[in-house]
Amino acid sequence: MNGILPLHLENLSFAAGGRTIIERTNLTLEAGTSTIILGANGAGKSVLMRLMHGLLAPSAGRVVWSGERVRRRQAMVFQRPVMLRRTALANVVYVLKVAGVDAADRSRLAREALAEVGLTQLAERPARVLSGGEQQRLALARAWALHPEVLFLDEPTANLDPGATREIEAVIRAFDASGTKIVMSTHSLGQARRLGDEVIYLHQGRVAERAPIEKFFPVPSTTEAGAFVKGELPWT
Amino acid sequence: MDLRKILFIALLSVAPVLSAQEKHIVVSSTTSTENSGLFRHVLPMFQTTTGVAVRVVAQGTGQALDMGRRGDCDVVFVHNRYAELRMVREGWFVNRHDVMYNDFVIVGPTSDPAGVAGMRDVVAALKKIRAARSPFASRGDKSGTHAAELRLWTAGGIDPKGTWYRDTGSGMGATLNAASGMNAYALTDRGTWLSFKNRGELTIVVEGDPRLFNQYGIMLVNPARHLHVKMAMGQAFIDWLVSPEGQAAIAGYKIGGQQLFFPNAKR
Amino acid sequence: MIDAFASGLLQVVTLDLRLWEIVGLSLAVSLSAVVLATLLGLPLGAAIAVGRFRGRQGVIVLLNALMGLPPVVVGLFIYLLLSRAGPLGELGLLFTPQAMVFAQTVLVLPIIAALARQAVEDAWREYEEQLRSLGVDGLRGALTILWDIRFSLLTAVLAGLGRASAEVGAVMIVGGNIDGVTRVMTTAIALETSKGDLPLALGLGFVLIAVVIALNAAAHLVKQAAERRYG
Repeated sequence: MNGILPLHLENLSFAAGGRTIIERTNLTLEAGTSTIILGANGAGKSVLMRLMHGLLAPSAGRVVWSGERVRRRQAMVFQRPVMLRRTALANVVYVLKVAGVDAADRSRLAREALAEVGLTQLAERPARVLSGGEQQRLALARAWALHPEVLFLDEPTANLDPGATREIEAVIRAFDASGTKIVMSTHSLGQARRLGDEVIYLHQGRVAERAPIEKFFPVPSTTEAGAFVKGELPWT
Repeated sequence: MDLRKILFIALLSVAPVLSAQEKHIVVSSTTSTENSGLFRHVLPMFQTTTGVAVRVVAQGTGQALDMGRRGDCDVVFVHNRYAELRMVREGWFVNRHDVMYNDFVIVGPTSDPAGVAGMRDVVAALKKIRAARSPFASRGDKSGTHAAELRLWTAGGIDPKGTWYRDTGSGMGATLNAASGMNAYALTDRGTWLSFKNRGELTIVVEGDPRLFNQYGIMLVNPARHLHVKMAMGQAFIDWLVSPEGQAAIAGYKIGGQQLFFPNAKR
Repeated sequence: MIDAFASGLLQVVTLDLRLWEIVGLSLAVSLSAVVLATLLGLPLGAAIAVGRFRGRQGVIVLLNALMGLPPVVVGLFIYLLLSRAGPLGELGLLFTPQAMVFAQTVLVLPIIAALARQAVEDAWREYEEQLRSLGVDGLRGALTILWDIRFSLLTAVLAGLGRASAEVGAVMIVGGNIDGVTRVMTTAIALETSKGDLPLALGLGFVLIAVVIALNAAAHLVKQAAERRYG
């Protein structure tokens, strides 16, 4: 079975409410590199990720994957995770059920996923009473259970404290190590440097700069990116 | 609480409603007869003898006869001889038998504004009520009682209209409630009156006129018109009611020592 | 009125088996109707909530309006259906408890469906992205949400139960208020009122209210216990 990468965005545009949010973007995302998407608020990071993941339909242009049955082979973690009103374990089992996994295997695979993110102790807890960090780890466990080829993350640690953030980053590294391509948006430059191989800088709906991590930091090539980097708190 | 348990409880709650039905006939009768309590006294005897349950749907006479015409019951037992005979002639019912009679009375406030208390001539009493424009509560609902009332007004040459004449468009009990509340006169059958508990200041003011005689008749719905009618069981009920046993049961029904209905089936 | 209340309650409490037969039948009919209406109404409401089709707004308006169906009109309509002279006459269902369940189901179904539709639509906004990301769409998503918001839906079900146990128009017409067969609390109250026995009618009324309160209290306790377990 072929991988679904590379992903090609061809002349991709998205407009809503009379505003153009993503402007005629051409982009190719390859396997093997962790891609960090940076940009100011309103630059279009969230919209771009949702277009790639298929949650939004483009106004113009195409999102072209290289394989078939793409939905199951990618996953997304949102800034605020949405948990079903059941136990942590049941949340992961649900995802496996939807994916068509045999009933006999679901429990076992779910527990493996929980173990991967360090939630084994909390398996029988109602998911909704978990802390923010635990819920985000549970969201990652749900994604892990699917063994996706691409994992999109939309500012996953924006609402978490440093301790929880470290835990999440550890899981993301585990995904990376297991071969999943990471596509993540973040406000934290430190996080970008810790987790990313390349940076895509979005400015007002266009890709203003794209470079490997070591070229982008500490000083990017374009002025827009430069202004952005200066304005952000560097070491969070 | 998983889904299976919920479904099981759901089925349990529905089960009693779905249980099999016993051997029965449906008899359409009037609210006045039902309210008198006669059926509760008499029907269990029939069921003990024959094993057939009798289910009575009580409405006004007009609606009861309509139900027979539609075929929604097996037997009709009402008190409007003219209408009953007409419908037998029209082929809706197979036969008609006299069963029993009771009488109507006029009730009114003890203050008796029209001055009719103790009179025997009901038509004369109605004329006095009309002259005094005293409030009178009428059923106005196509019932046997209403028909009887209208015949009496007609006998007195009166077309009852005006604010004193209150048409309630409802059953005997509701009309008596209204009369009690308004301190009005009303025509009622004795049976309903004897078991009516909300009398207020009302009392019987006129009784005993032969024109207040109220004949009950029973009829079998014509199976030729409605094939599903339970002919055998329905006829068995009619036969029982006019038999010495049934007639004795009717005579035996009393409220406060007073007999309500007087059996008069012809042999 | 206190006198009437007291004397009525006394009669009721010392009353025989008949009263408990009547209470039992009331519960059986109304609960059956609510169960049926829930099984049909929840998926219906959920489907309308997540569905996208022409005339959807019109359907929603109609569904909401049907919550106010007059019971006596429903009773009349179903009577005409079940009457021997009517299309379903062959079934011989008129003047049976089954006919009463049928009528009350028709009354309660729009209430449960309309309230479920609103609740699912509100929840869909919260769940939509996550569910679609997981590949859950359409009806499956609606059913997942139905289960997730089950505690809020309980209120809709209780509203339906309230409507069913309180109404008299429909069950009177299709049931015929037959002694021992189709007499329920509300029709018994109507009967005793028409016989002028107001204290007894009042007493029965309080029994009816007490039963409904007890059902609601039970539902509330179940909900609290379950919420503690599932969060």
